[in-house]
Amino acid sequence: MEDVQTKATEIRKGIITTVFKQKQGHIGGPLSAADMLAVLYFHTMNVKADHPYWENRDRFVLSKGHSGIALYVALALKGYFPYEELFTFDDLHSRLQAHPDMTKLPGIDMSTGSLGQGISAGVGMAVAAKLQEKEYSTYVMIGDGESQEGQVWEAAAIASRYKLNNLVVMIDNNRLQQYGWKQDDISHRQAPELCHAEKWKAFGWKVLTIDGHNLDEIATALKEVKNTENNQPIAIIANTIKGKGVSFMEGNFQWHSKVPTEAEYHQAISELEEGLS
Amino acid sequence: MTVSTKSMRDVFGKELAKMSLEDQRVVALDGDLGNSTRLALVEKENPSSFLQMGIAEQNLVGVSAGLATCGMIPWACSFTAFITRRAFDQLVVSVDQPKLNVKLVGSYSGLLTSNTGKTHHSFEDIALMTSLPNMLVFSPGDAKEVQRIMKAMNQYDGPAYLRLSRDEGVDFLDESDEEFVIGKAKWLKRGENRDRVACLSTGAMSPRVKRALERLEAEGILITHVHFPTLKPLDERTIIDLAHNHKHLITIEEHYVRHGFGSLVNEVTSSKRPVKTTRIGIQNEYSECGKNEELLDMHGLSPEKLAAKIKDIVEGER
Repeated sequence: MEDVQTKATEIRKGIITTVFKQKQGHIGGPLSAADMLAVLYFHTMNVKADHPYWENRDRFVLSKGHSGIALYVALALKGYFPYEELFTFDDLHSRLQAHPDMTKLPGIDMSTGSLGQGISAGVGMAVAAKLQEKEYSTYVMIGDGESQEGQVWEAAAIASRYKLNNLVVMIDNNRLQQYGWKQDDISHRQAPELCHAEKWKAFGWKVLTIDGHNLDEIATALKEVKNTENNQPIAIIANTIKGKGVSFMEGNFQWHSKVPTEAEYHQAISELEEGLS
Repeated sequence: MTVSTKSMRDVFGKELAKMSLEDQRVVALDGDLGNSTRLALVEKENPSSFLQMGIAEQNLVGVSAGLATCGMIPWACSFTAFITRRAFDQLVVSVDQPKLNVKLVGSYSGLLTSNTGKTHHSFEDIALMTSLPNMLVFSPGDAKEVQRIMKAMNQYDGPAYLRLSRDEGVDFLDESDEEFVIGKAKWLKRGENRDRVACLSTGAMSPRVKRALERLEAEGILITHVHFPTLKPLDERTIIDLAHNHKHLITIEEHYVRHGFGSLVNEVTSSKRPVKTTRIGIQNEYSECGKNEELLDMHGLSPEKLAAKIKDIVEGER
């Protein structure tokens, strides 16, 4: 897992560097998702960077598409495209669109960006695997704010009805959304949704609650796919911190999408590097 | 399969069942209306290719998109009002933008929904669906054409929408068994150019316009009639030719005249060959409950009312 830890830090550095250089993009949500992406792409998923359309590959859908930059860094580190291409992010004609676009970038299994939709596509992929008798698994990441979308629950109901034990949904429970409801003080915001585990359980899913920044816990939870004898889809409630890894970004909703200043950028990178040593 | 019924939905269900047996990639997704839309025939003939998605159209469309990414050919079917209006953002983001090979079927389109009333009518689906850059849009005029279009849709790799009516059938448009060509209009009658008026129609209005024109023919008025089963891509060449050779075009649809078939025709003529056009269809209003033929009559779309309206126009041009 030491190697995966390094990758997680590299993903975080890539996110911050790209947003800083390109002067645009989301930052808080991508940072909360970084550890899960590191485990998926550098430990769990069976994919081939040099054969992105390999039909038996495991599928990944980033339903919280606004965290696309985190996925792009993971794909670049995995070798899907040259690292330098990250610095075309959000530019005109870039393959790295603000939200993942499967028509532009090989390695993106589903175009996303309008919240609530990726999970349904993930259900379709898992159903396809059953119909085609294929062994691959489908992993979907949604946000806790995203689960306010009704479509998430339409998909949740169907996945359990079809006993999709080849489907894992990871809820990046970073407890902040773009704006949300204020707490007592207007500079602090309430968590988007409560009782995640109860809801997913009530919809018939096997629920695992983990620390979304603990790589071993993430890897162990992901292994549950197809392990279940009860034929349930798996919901991993991953408790995370928005802006994780950079002290002044952590837990601050204003870093949802904000470009760091030069001083902030250098501080962020040095904090992340210190974390590794 | 030879088409022996005039019911669009019966042919749809039978043909899809057959296609699913012949092509393992074909899978039917139902929004809990299979016994109305006749998707139930797939479940009966080939249960493993039938997926009940329940009353949840947004997810139905999204699951179809996911299936398509894995090489399946999902046919997603619900009433038009629900699969187009209710799931429109899903159609844009999960289907049309990624150009996925999803076949969308809106059953009970337009006004012909058999006593369901305004909530189930769809007078804006042509507007919505033809606005999508990658979407093909089909609007068959009879049950035979439904079958031909379905074959063409299944062979085409990309998103496509089929607009069906709950119309148990008036007439077949013709007796031929010609192959369907995407984007090609169908000449039903070549009129005498003496009056220089031509009728352009689509969907379930085409057999009714045909009846209207038969009435006029009995009175000695012979008018050109062209049916447009493909609304996107539109047969622009035929429209321009019609505009060249006529001084007045009449478009007929059971959809809003604003942003509907008539507007699509005018989009072509206004830039390439401006021509006076009368657009017949639903005006700026909602409708209500009633039998199909009663509603058509109320909105001026019955063969009788159409004949009178067309005759007025012809006489006005003399």
